[in-house]
Amino acid sequence: MHKLLSSVALVGLVGLAGLAPAMAETPKDTLVMAKAIDDMITADPAEIYEFTGGEVGTNVYDRIMRFEAEDLTKIVGGVVESDYQLSDDGKTFTFKVRPGQKFHSGDPLTADDIAFSLQRVIKLNLTPAFLIGQFGWTPDNVDGLVKAVDPQTFQMTITQEFAPSLVLNLLTSVVGSVVDKKVAMAHEDKGDFGHAWLKMNEAGSGSFSMKTWKPNETIIMEANSDYRLGAPKLKRVVIRHVAEPASQRLLIEKGDVDMARDLTADQIKGLAGNSDVVVNTYPSADTYYMALNQKDEHLSKPQVRQAIRWLVDYQGMVNTFLKGQYIVHQSFWPSGFFASYDENPFKLDVAKAKQLLADAGYPNGFDITLDTSTQVPFTDIAQNIQQTFAQAGINLKIKQQDSGQLFPLYRARQHQMVLIYWSPDYMDPHSNADSFARNPDNSDTPKIKPLAWRNSWVIPDIMAETDAAVKERDTDKRKQMYLDIQKKVQEDGPFVFLFQPTRQTALRSNVKGYVQGPTFDVVYYRLTSKD
Amino acid sequence: MTAIAASPAPSVGHSRAATIARHALRLIGSLALTFFGLTVITFCLARVLPIDPVLAVIGDRAPMDVYNRVFKEMGLDRPLYEQYWHYVARLAHGDFGVSNFTNQPVIEDLAHRFPATIELATIAILIGVLFGVPMGVLAAAKQGRWPDHVMRVVGLIGYSMPVFWLGIVGLIVFYSKLGWVAGPGRIESYYEDIVEPVTGFLLIDSLIAGEKDIFWNAVSHIILPASILGYLSLAYIARMTRSFMLGQLSQEYILTAQVKGLSPARVIWRHALGNIMVPLITVIALSYGYLLEGAVLTETVFSWTGVGRYLQDSLRHNDINAVLGTTILIGAMYVTLNLLSDLLYYIIDPRSR
Repeated sequence: MHKLLSSVALVGLVGLAGLAPAMAETPKDTLVMAKAIDDMITADPAEIYEFTGGEVGTNVYDRIMRFEAEDLTKIVGGVVESDYQLSDDGKTFTFKVRPGQKFHSGDPLTADDIAFSLQRVIKLNLTPAFLIGQFGWTPDNVDGLVKAVDPQTFQMTITQEFAPSLVLNLLTSVVGSVVDKKVAMAHEDKGDFGHAWLKMNEAGSGSFSMKTWKPNETIIMEANSDYRLGAPKLKRVVIRHVAEPASQRLLIEKGDVDMARDLTADQIKGLAGNSDVVVNTYPSADTYYMALNQKDEHLSKPQVRQAIRWLVDYQGMVNTFLKGQYIVHQSFWPSGFFASYDENPFKLDVAKAKQLLADAGYPNGFDITLDTSTQVPFTDIAQNIQQTFAQAGINLKIKQQDSGQLFPLYRARQHQMVLIYWSPDYMDPHSNADSFARNPDNSDTPKIKPLAWRNSWVIPDIMAETDAAVKERDTDKRKQMYLDIQKKVQEDGPFVFLFQPTRQTALRSNVKGYVQGPTFDVVYYRLTSKD
Repeated sequence: MTAIAASPAPSVGHSRAATIARHALRLIGSLALTFFGLTVITFCLARVLPIDPVLAVIGDRAPMDVYNRVFKEMGLDRPLYEQYWHYVARLAHGDFGVSNFTNQPVIEDLAHRFPATIELATIAILIGVLFGVPMGVLAAAKQGRWPDHVMRVVGLIGYSMPVFWLGIVGLIVFYSKLGWVAGPGRIESYYEDIVEPVTGFLLIDSLIAGEKDIFWNAVSHIILPASILGYLSLAYIARMTRSFMLGQLSQEYILTAQVKGLSPARVIWRHALGNIMVPLITVIALSYGYLLEGAVLTETVFSWTGVGRYLQDSLRHNDINAVLGTTILIGAMYVTLNLLSDLLYYIIDPRSR
């Protein structure tokens, strides 16, 4: 019998070896990417608010304004010319549509499509609608305020006072995407402006068209040879859903994918020395921070908030388990952008923290709970903080939970401390100031729940400064205002700002020209090529 | 004479028909109860968890007016019993609802993903049975000797090693280092969407389409995850087979057969093995059921788009319709497997008739 088994096993192994697939490299004209795409729940730019959706949207839809792949630091016109006219009161913007643009359907792109796209965002009122809702647009007034003067002239009027640079910035966000009105309305169902159809399909004019999106499986995009800036260098982009980073690493090492997007620090380290793979580091605009709920009697004392700032080993973490992937950054607007505040005054100083705690009436510390995510690196950061807190007598209890549980808890202000991160919606400091430094209604039933509200931080003075900064038309003055606000929030706010991450992406060495920016929807495939 | 001779027949037939009807009624009753229990428990669990299904749809930063509108649209403002009643009423019409996450009807999602799981599970169970049963028999026949020890070690590894670890090691060795098999996924991306789905089973559909390259590519992708899952089944089936066989080999009828001069092979493979078929079928059916449930970790490591991963993703996205739909499917599958194994007992074991 054992002879029989041995034979069967041998035949099995030989058979397995015989199955050796033709290890073809990915096709020359196709970029194959391994990425976790399970966050993508919609392809409609009036609804997109997730990382993968934003990335796909930015390539499939063209936008009114753009940070183009060639220069990510400069705002330029997208479907409109860069130069625009501004009325004397600073509220009416008139743009000229670039000539000769076409949607993927072949329809010409006109000012009417632009007006329609903004109007449908406001009328559908889905998650990202607030971005341009800030202009004072409502479903009732938007038709009058956003319009096509003629097929080549688009005009919009804001009712709130906003710095023009901020207005343009907001038009670079996902809600500034231009949708083919004819196609969308051909699929309209019960007055939804084609929303149900556009959740799974597209009607854009971007550098790629979305051929297939199978949720949690693949996204296939094809080059748009008629794109206004020229045809992309590759014909197809395939994003494969590979949730497990270890599998992503194997795929890129083997050459079965050209890029791996979600590798951990350890896996990146493991790729060192592999000449077929290069690792590129891109800046990220995320902010990792701890929030201290001011409803808690301990945390509401300014000395305790100060003490906590001196009880974090920022540099120690960055030098060890966060090495290469995070930098210390202690204010709410990330480093490297307009009006970023790069002073990092806090470091681990237990003696100072102990003194501050004694001043607050807690010479022996106190017990407190920190809620955080189950994901890397939150657990590691939380444990490190737990150790340093203990040195000053603060007994930190760490509660890990899935984001599905963490967000409702945070939104309901039921936490004591939370360790979490924040990404700006658009690259203007107001995007973060609006949440960290504004709390218009601290009641339990507010219309919006900014981060200052979630931590019950009542700040009429700082809020007035934030509201003034958003209106300031002098760029230098505006910059100074944001620096002042950041300094105040850094010194006294219920937030302990910790780190700013970088994003590391592994690419096969023959992949060139991939462009990734600081936010999730600034990722461009059109300049990518393969040797 | 004819009348007398024929008279008992209707009464036998009648009582048999009555027995079958009783069995059928009991079966339907137990099926209904099972499904009722399934829907109630999963529905209530989904509602008591401290998660917010509205945030799954609108994200964390939406203003409160959007939140309140979606809360109502999802029917969450209604009493729990009313929500449950609506859900069951829709289920009765074959409507599992729409997944918040994929935007597709749950039934379509499942129809798309279940074949991937069946394909993987079926090959895995074939490996488990083809290798596990002979190994178990051999270990019992050679109890205490080296084949028995080998089987114990094989079983121990199968039981104690986490499946995701085996998956990753398998990928490193057979895919990355040796290059014998293809990597994660059901097929290479450049073969996607070439074969028109007929049965949903890629291996069969590629053959129907006459796409040999795609068939062999699919085989090359499935062989490693199926072998790893098959190995886990093998460990379980072999151990149970060994234990059943040991029970039989100590019976007197075995001794009688040996005394009568039957060959050891005939005694073991025909008499002893024949007598453990009923419990063995239960073990195999349970093992298959487990595999069909969707091996979440294996499906994740191998990027396999089956129901296990669908359930996991749905849970992570608080996608209640998808979670309930998948749970019902898995429940239905277990019930079907139970029915099938009952039917097999009936065929194999005359005493059960």
